[in-house]
Amino acid sequence: MTGTDTLKARNAIEAVWRIESARVIAGVARMVRDLGQAEELAQDALVAALEQWPQSGVPSNPGAWLMSTAKRRAIDMLRRKENLDRKHQELGHTQSTETDAADAGLAPDEVRDDMLRLIFTTCHPVLSAESRVALTLKLVGGLSTAEIARAYLVGESTLAQRIVRAKKTLSTSNVPFEVPAGAELAERLGSVLEVIYLIFNEGYSATAGDDWVRPALCEDALRLGRIMAALAPDFAEVHGLTALMEIQASRIRARVGPDGAPVLLLDQDRGRWDQLLIRRGLTELAIAERLGPRGPYTLQAALAACHARARTPEETDWERIAELYAELAALTPSPVIELNRAVALGMARGPAAGLELVDKLLTEPALKNYHLLPSVRADLLMKLGRGEEARAEFLRAAQLTANERERALLLERAESCLAVRA
Amino acid sequence: MRFMVIVKATPEQEASGGAMPSAEDLELMGKFNEELVRAGVMLAGEGLLPSAKGAKVSFDHGKTTVTDGPFTEAKELIAGFWLLQTRSMEETVEWAKRIPFQEGEVEIRQISELEDFEPVMTPEIAEREQRLRDQLSGN
Repeated sequence: MTGTDTLKARNAIEAVWRIESARVIAGVARMVRDLGQAEELAQDALVAALEQWPQSGVPSNPGAWLMSTAKRRAIDMLRRKENLDRKHQELGHTQSTETDAADAGLAPDEVRDDMLRLIFTTCHPVLSAESRVALTLKLVGGLSTAEIARAYLVGESTLAQRIVRAKKTLSTSNVPFEVPAGAELAERLGSVLEVIYLIFNEGYSATAGDDWVRPALCEDALRLGRIMAALAPDFAEVHGLTALMEIQASRIRARVGPDGAPVLLLDQDRGRWDQLLIRRGLTELAIAERLGPRGPYTLQAALAACHARARTPEETDWERIAELYAELAALTPSPVIELNRAVALGMARGPAAGLELVDKLLTEPALKNYHLLPSVRADLLMKLGRGEEARAEFLRAAQLTANERERALLLERAESCLAVRA
Repeated sequence: MRFMVIVKATPEQEASGGAMPSAEDLELMGKFNEELVRAGVMLAGEGLLPSAKGAKVSFDHGKTTVTDGPFTEAKELIAGFWLLQTRSMEETVEWAKRIPFQEGEVEIRQISELEDFEPVMTPEIAEREQRLRDQLSGN
């Protein structure tokens, strides 16, 4: 076999791994009840594949091969353990169904349950947000440590340590490999969705590195969201989050100009919006709304959908946007949401309506030093022809912002107010 | 990354006049598609009617010619496609190998995407500017 052939075989095996690893880890974790051990056993199966497949060829059902190899090793390991007797009973029970499932290639509901257990465990609140993200990408997304390290611009050893620590924490905290039930389920589902959206946002407006967007991370998050939507189809917010990500991702091509500078929503070339993703997002949103009630992700998806449905900025249904912000504010009260609602109201019903709401926010302590409050207020005042007041507000906003480019823009607008007065 | 997995037409498919595949084939294909959905990789997928129900529009420096199907060069015809989002060509190949076909051929092509942007702003500036401009969007 030539070097190129070996490399090709390796790549093919890695591709199989990407597809199968989560299911294999989840299936083994159910037996050994320890995520770290399950991953090691699954990795052993991968090593065996790397040794054997280049010679023997890739088996016709590589997923089942990996699964049964990993499970055989799990059984060996469990047999060696001292508490053989107790485990033996469980094992005798699981073993028969396992092997059948592996032979049949798939036992959808069993696989679904295993996958859910896996996701709930990697997103367990006992872990820090960054650990949850890393562990989920690794064990559920099937990414390598190197790939995750590259995506998050941290050293590979740092990331490897983070993952080791996370698995240790799960083990020492005795986190059960289970799907939570009852009241805990809603909270834990929230953690899963949060992790997925964190990954998406890191790709959508990167906080690290030079790139403004990193589409690959958005795609990984979308894939996780779509997997969750298939695994837990009865939960509105799962579809809400997927809808939100699909619609936001539909704009990725349009939100960066040829020079790499961000292009803002209302300035984007809507012809570059990805209609396939919009359609997928609107379908997911419809499912979320049918299941109801509308949670924060579904509401944000509905907001994104208002823009996605408008063929031109002028067609935007600002009245609806204002309503949705009101619903969102009722659910998660925030003066920033109120400020957004004021902007939408100003667009829908004229600047006076927007200003009325903005003025109510003037005493809001959380917005005291928030430069967008005076800048929104200034904009509305200017539209009302109150140039002098608008100018003062733009100057105040310019004072509050920490960003030079923004300050320059605000000062420029302050100057333009003088023309309104004259 | 996105890939189009193109299903090549066979003479039988072309000759079928758009007859439905067998229930068994449909069942297998349904299962496969469900797998793709569960794995979060399937964006779209459609089957096409035979070329007898198609048309061609050819261009010649401003002049267009319309030709109705069927078309004879069956080898170049397509019978359907999947649009998959995966992390690599290798992964797409692995998925394609699992298509429940007994015979025939699929072709895998990567969809070109605008992925490499030259950064000129720091994300912090960009984010702030985005927020500001979003707020001022009424201009």
